[in-house]
Order: sequence, then C-alpha cells, then structure tokens
Amino acid sequence: MTLGTWFALGIALVLAGEFVRALRRRGLRQGGGGERWRRFFRHRTTSWGLGILTFLVIVAVAAPLIAPFDPNRQLDIVHLKNQPPSWTFLFGTDVLSRDVWSRAVYGARVSLGIGALGALMAVSLGTLVGAIAGYYQRWIDAVLMRGVDVGLALPRIFILLMAVALWDGLPFAALVIAIGLTSWFGTSRLVRAEVLSLRQQDFVVAARALGVQTGRIIFRHVLPNAAAPIIVSAALGVGNVLLLEASLSFLGIGIKPPDPTWGNMIADNAPSIYSAPWSTIVPGLAIALVVMSLNAVADGVQDALDPHEREPV
Amino acid sequence: MTNPVLLRVRDLKTYFVTEHGKGTARAVDEVSFDLYAGETLGIVGESGCGKTVTSLSILRLIPEPPGHILPGSLIEFDGRNLLALPLPELRAVRGNQIAMIFQEPMTSLNPVFTVGDQIAEAAIIHQHLSRGAARARAIEMLRLVGIPDPEERIDHYPHQLSGGMRQRVMIAMALVCNPKVLIADEPTTALDVTIQAQILELLDKLRTELGMAVLLITHDLGVVAGHADRVVVMYAGRVVETASTEALFERPTHPYTEGLLAAVPRIDAPRSRLHAIPGQVPAATAWPTGCRFHPRCPYAWDKCVAQEPPLLETGGGAPGHTARCWLVTEPERRVPRR
Repeated sequence: MTLGTWFALGIALVLAGEFVRALRRRGLRQGGGGERWRRFFRHRTTSWGLGILTFLVIVAVAAPLIAPFDPNRQLDIVHLKNQPPSWTFLFGTDVLSRDVWSRAVYGARVSLGIGALGALMAVSLGTLVGAIAGYYQRWIDAVLMRGVDVGLALPRIFILLMAVALWDGLPFAALVIAIGLTSWFGTSRLVRAEVLSLRQQDFVVAARALGVQTGRIIFRHVLPNAAAPIIVSAALGVGNVLLLEASLSFLGIGIKPPDPTWGNMIADNAPSIYSAPWSTIVPGLAIALVVMSLNAVADGVQDALDPHEREPV
Repeated sequence: MTNPVLLRVRDLKTYFVTEHGKGTARAVDEVSFDLYAGETLGIVGESGCGKTVTSLSILRLIPEPPGHILPGSLIEFDGRNLLALPLPELRAVRGNQIAMIFQEPMTSLNPVFTVGDQIAEAAIIHQHLSRGAARARAIEMLRLVGIPDPEERIDHYPHQLSGGMRQRVMIAMALVCNPKVLIADEPTTALDVTIQAQILELLDKLRTELGMAVLLITHDLGVVAGHADRVVVMYAGRVVETASTEALFERPTHPYTEGLLAAVPRIDAPRSRLHAIPGQVPAATAWPTGCRFHPRCPYAWDKCVAQEPPLLETGGGAPGHTARCWLVTEPERRVPRR
C-alpha cells in the first residue's frame, strides 16, 4: 500500500460518510419529501448499510486509485505467493502471488455490477410476471405459472451452460442477462401471491369504481402495497446473484480469468483456504457485507414506503 | 314524477357460479327500477338479498368469474346500455358520471397514498387536470365534505383519520368529478350513530347542492325514512315492493316489508318484545318455488307456493306503489296463521 492509495481510501471513506450525513440532514428537515427520508433513516443500521454500500461503490468506481497493484499481475510467483497481510499487502497475496486487496477492489466492479443489474432485472421481470398473473388470473395465470414451474424445475446451471455454448464465452452484459432471465421465478411466485390477496381489497374495487385503468391499478394501487416483500426479495436477490456468479466462475463459465470477481477469488483460492485463509475470507466478507448492508437499506426503504408510524425495535 | 329517468335498470340478472358445480346462485334475479334525476332512491333488504350485487352490477364491478350478468339485462344510463359498453367507454363513466362509495371506509382507501392523492386521482383521469390543479380541487372537495384544515389534512394518510373522516374522504373521492349518480352502498354501516347521522346529512346537502341522484343502499329502515324519496324493497334477489317513502311507511303491502317495519324498535310504542321475521333468507342456489317469501310469510296459502306473483299495482291513491304479493288481489286473506 502506498501513501497515495491510503489517501484515496481515506477520501472514499469520508465521501461515503458525508453522503449519508447529507441525506440524514435532509431527512431531519421538515416538509416536502422530508417525511419519507426521516422514516428511511429511522433505524441506525440503515445509515450504516447505506454508508457501506456507498463506500463500496466509490471504491469500485475509483479502483485504479485505490488499488496499489495491477490486480492480474503475478508479482513473484516464487517468493510472494500466499503472503499473510502486511503493510505492503494489506490483505496478503493469493496462491498466484497477486495482491488480494487490489483484486478485491477491482472485483467489486464486476461483482457489484452483476449483483445490482442481475437482481434488478430478475426482480423487475418477476414482479411484472407475478403482477400480471395475479391480477388477471384465469388462463393468463395458468400459462405464466406453469412457465414458472418449468423455470424452477430446470437446473439453472444447465440453462446457463447452454447460454455459454451459444455466446462462446460470456461477456459481462450477456452474463447479466443470463442471470436476470433465470433468477426471477421465485419473485414472480411471491408477487403473484401478494397481488392475489390485494386485488380483492376494497380499495382496489374502489379504484375500479373511479374508472382507473387496469395498468394504473396494478402499478399505482396494488404493487406499492406489495413493496415490502418485493424489496426484501431484491435485497436477498443481490446476494443470490453474487453467489451464483461465484459458482459460475467456479465452473469456469463466468467472467473469464484472470479478471477478478469476488466469486472467482473464492473459487481460485479455495484449495489454500487452510494455509492462506485471507485470500478467500476477504472476498467472502465483502459478499457478506454487501448482503447485510442491502438488507439494512431494504428495511429503511420499507419503512419509507409504509406510512404507518412504527417505533424502532 | 316529473324529473327525467337517469338510470333505468331492467330485468337485471346477476348469477354466480358456485364452486364444485353445486349450482348457480341467482343473487339478483330480474330486478328492475328507475332512478330519477335529483332523487334519493333507497334500496332496502336484509343481508344476502342482493342489494350490494345490484349496486356493483350497475358499474360492472362484479368479479367475473364467478359472477356474470346475464344477457337480456339492461342498465340504461344517458341513453346507453352500460352492460354493452366497451371497457374504455365504461371507464369514462365510472367515477365521472356514476360514482360509488362503499361500506367500509377503513379498507376502501389505499393505505400507502395520502388522501389528497386519492381524491385527485379521479380528477386527473377524467378531467385531465394538472397535478397542481387536482390538488387544489382536492382541497376544495375536502372543505366541501366538512373536513377541518383541508390544507393540512390533504397530506395525511388514511390511518391518521377516524372512520367518519375516512368516509368523508370517500365521499370527496366519489364527488370530485361532479357525478350525476352516486351509489352509496351502506355508507354508514361501519360508523357509530352520531357520525352516521352527520354523513347522511352531508349526503343530503351535497345532493341538493350538486343536483345529483343518490342510490342509497341500506338495511336500515330508519335511514330510508329520513333520507329517501322512494324505496325499493328487495328480498331473495327480487324487488318485492316499490313505493314512495311515505306510502311505504303508511301502507306497507308486502308481508316482508310489514315484517321489516315491525322489527324497527319504536320509541313511542309501549315496551314489548321486538318483532322478528322468523327464519332466514334461503340460499341463493335454491330459492323456494312460487313466492320466494312464502316459507317465512305469516299469510301464505297454496297459491303462494305454486305461483310467483308479478309486481302488482296496489292502487290506494299512490301511483307507482307496487308489491309482488297475491294479497293485493285477495286482501281478505291478510289474517295471520300463527
């Protein structure tokens, strides 16, 4: 670690902290959208989660400034492999003598990107299909849900292997699409169940009696009331996508080596987990941190969307 | 009645297919009535007699399946049969020309939107107002329905309001586009008595101010007596008696109406046990043969079991007073068996 990278890291931390503080201040101000922000920040953990996510995003964006080494360079395969953490190598080196910290920093780009985009795609698709099936019922529901059954029954790895055969080595966008297209089945079931019960509610009948169009009823009246489970499933979805990416990398069909992702860092270094645990623990902790932070933020979003006052537990 | 007919309902049949093929529930069976401009028409009857299904059928809000409105039914509004209208045109009627308020103010408002957003919605959809104009209109409506501090209340969520306030908000939502017809389905059932009186007075006041017609659906004859011009009594999916409110209370003709009136506790009568109509409304899948009220009727004789009476003019100086009862033709049989 050079002085410059420490400095960049410090700036990233300060920026993340200031960002959260600025939002909090906005939340404490009265009027306008302030009420929502105030509810968002009701739990301390939400601030922490948001701070950690912001920090990770800044790190991913500013990776060249924060990583002291080229993430793919094998520094000295004889003398510097599996080095424990030190001032030079903050998180040690891996089995091929690459700097774990630099790889984790660059890996954040791919992993966060795939996690966010893949989960976003999966949740949007699942919500759309679930809402349509649940609202229209009858044959539309039957067709869509049988489709979901098929999707759930097919092994996802098998589908992705076929996709690899088609694309001949997955570029980033293709990987996101492949993951998005195969991860929405659970969400659609969940959303359908919510919509099935919500559509019977009096306020939906009341909206129909007011002449509101069907699309508007689904998106304005039904889905906002189902926001809580959708958001939770999105937060969990990011974690699942990160893990899926890891297993794809493990099978050698994810992002191509030597480019780092948190998933393939774990996969590559799994054999030396006893002798050099840092090279697997660091990306593992990063994944865990993202999932926990997302859950904390998801709680906040849920509070922000739910107008009922609830005391923090 | 010199006013023009606004809403004409003829031979309305709404049936429900019950699960497992146990038969068809004939919830509303050949119901006909007229709603004149500017009047309040009460529809009364006990639970399960088809009042709510009738009101939902008018705007085609019956869940389909299992429900369906049979061909041959007619709901004519403004010269058009609402039952034959394509959905986009029907939507332009809903909330705009015919509006509806519901029984349960607690669940009929969307919990995640402010009341202002919900009142403004119909104005935005039907009158294409801008958000700002719709908000101003919503404030105006809140003031009209008697909610104090409308500028502040508009940003409140439904759970922050009491039941009576929420029903006022529902009324504001329904009236935001100045509808010609307001269907009020038991608007006060879920409210306590003092609030009930306030809401009904508010409805009366708004009806005269805005010149609309109100279809007031209730099981409470007291509500009808105070607020309706004419009354349609329903039993077992059928209209059994139609009359002006005065005529109905002075000379109830159908034994069911008689029973309903006798069941109202009176403050000026000597204290005695309350009268109750024996039995219950039969299941809609198996209405009795002949007159549907005969199993519970104190006067019924063989003819009532064999043959269902049509709606008969009662005469007696009150035109438009009709009853579906053979007693109209054989008044001497009005002697209770028990």
